[in-house]
Amino acid sequence: MREKIIIGLAIFAGGLLAWNMNTIFTALPDELNQGAIYRIIYFHVPANILGMLGFGLGMLLSIGYLVTKDLRYDALAASVTEVSLVFASIGLATGSIWARIIWGVWWAWDVRLTSWLVCWLIFGGYLMLRRAIDEPIQRARFAAVVSVLGSVNAYISYMSIKWWNTQHPQPVLTIRDGGGMAPGMEAPIYWNLLALACFSAILVMVRMRQESFAREIDTLRRMAHAQ
Amino acid sequence: MFLRLFLRDAWTIAAKDLHSELRTKDAWNASIAFSVVILLLFSFSFDPSSDQVREFSGGLLWMTYAFAGALVLNRSFAREVQNDCLDALIASPVSSAALFIGKALANFAMLFAVELVSLPVFVLFYNLAWGAAQVGPMLLVLALGTWALTVIGTLFSALTVNLRLRELMLPTLVYPMMIPALIAAMTLTTDLLAGQPLGIGIRFLVAFDIIFTVLAVVFVDTVLVG
Repeated sequence: MREKIIIGLAIFAGGLLAWNMNTIFTALPDELNQGAIYRIIYFHVPANILGMLGFGLGMLLSIGYLVTKDLRYDALAASVTEVSLVFASIGLATGSIWARIIWGVWWAWDVRLTSWLVCWLIFGGYLMLRRAIDEPIQRARFAAVVSVLGSVNAYISYMSIKWWNTQHPQPVLTIRDGGGMAPGMEAPIYWNLLALACFSAILVMVRMRQESFAREIDTLRRMAHAQ
Repeated sequence: MFLRLFLRDAWTIAAKDLHSELRTKDAWNASIAFSVVILLLFSFSFDPSSDQVREFSGGLLWMTYAFAGALVLNRSFAREVQNDCLDALIASPVSSAALFIGKALANFAMLFAVELVSLPVFVLFYNLAWGAAQVGPMLLVLALGTWALTVIGTLFSALTVNLRLRELMLPTLVYPMMIPALIAAMTLTTDLLAGQPLGIGIRFLVAFDIIFTVLAVVFVDTVLVG
């Protein structure tokens, strides 16, 4: 059943992405001030939204683990955080490419960029911590604590463009009091968000399967050692 | 009543830590020596006599504190591993939160003392202007920034105490977590040393301290007991 869902989602997301790419690259005109490079927003914004939402979801799942002590929550939190870290990396990389063209530098040390990089490091540390602990229950407990503390920084990063005057652009999406984009240019961002969200769901499902296999192998090994 | 018991327990733990530290002075000596060494090392990476130093002096100072502080904070729970003292502490009637607050208070006192010693050295070495009007606000920034470092450092000291990669994991986790507080403390210190009043960063620092103290007190039981 899970196989079928994964394949179905992949076909849907692939089709949606292909159709949307066609809109982005052929139907939409270049932006007045930025030229062709503005198109990177169609990947930069969805990837970062997924990264940020994923870190938040990881926090909720971690709290879910701490409340219920059910290791499935922990496995799901780990999978979601890992996939979110990939999307955060894509967000950082695409932002850096855009900055090189528009600002003339690969990196600017403003609050938004720095706080997001800090988040990336914290959740990278989260994954490293998971690898450093062999005992599953201890690993779940410690990882959950780091996830909750790290999410405070994710929230700081989310709010940073409101709290400080940043070089990073202010919100452009109408769902976040922006509305700076021309009509027709904003919709493809949401379509890409949907397509990438489907891809991230697929990655989480694959990762969850690996986690359950890993747990099964771990149990078998413990049983073998016990005998 | 509950609060009084809690504070009494926390104070007992803090006094115990401070007593044992005062007897050996291990972390204290190492931390002061290390902070002077870092200040010396910094002087080679730029011209220490230039006026520009004032523009990033806050950054230098807090980097020194963050690194020297790690020596104090690392040992906070690690020293309890010998003779199974940590298990005894957890089994004692002291609550995990009181244990944490006690340890944090002891660490705060030690770190603050180290800072008070290295601050004049720093001002002297880098030839910074120093007015009487800045002492009060400077102490406030030091206290708030140090509490942020202490709370995060102490919680992660508890978290990594039994890990096989403790020495590697602690700095990897602790420094990124401290960065927002460090940035605020650095900016405020630089402003003060340039003769400007305290900026809006102080509110951020207070909020950071409150949020992370609450989170640490809530989660320390999960970390220590499970």
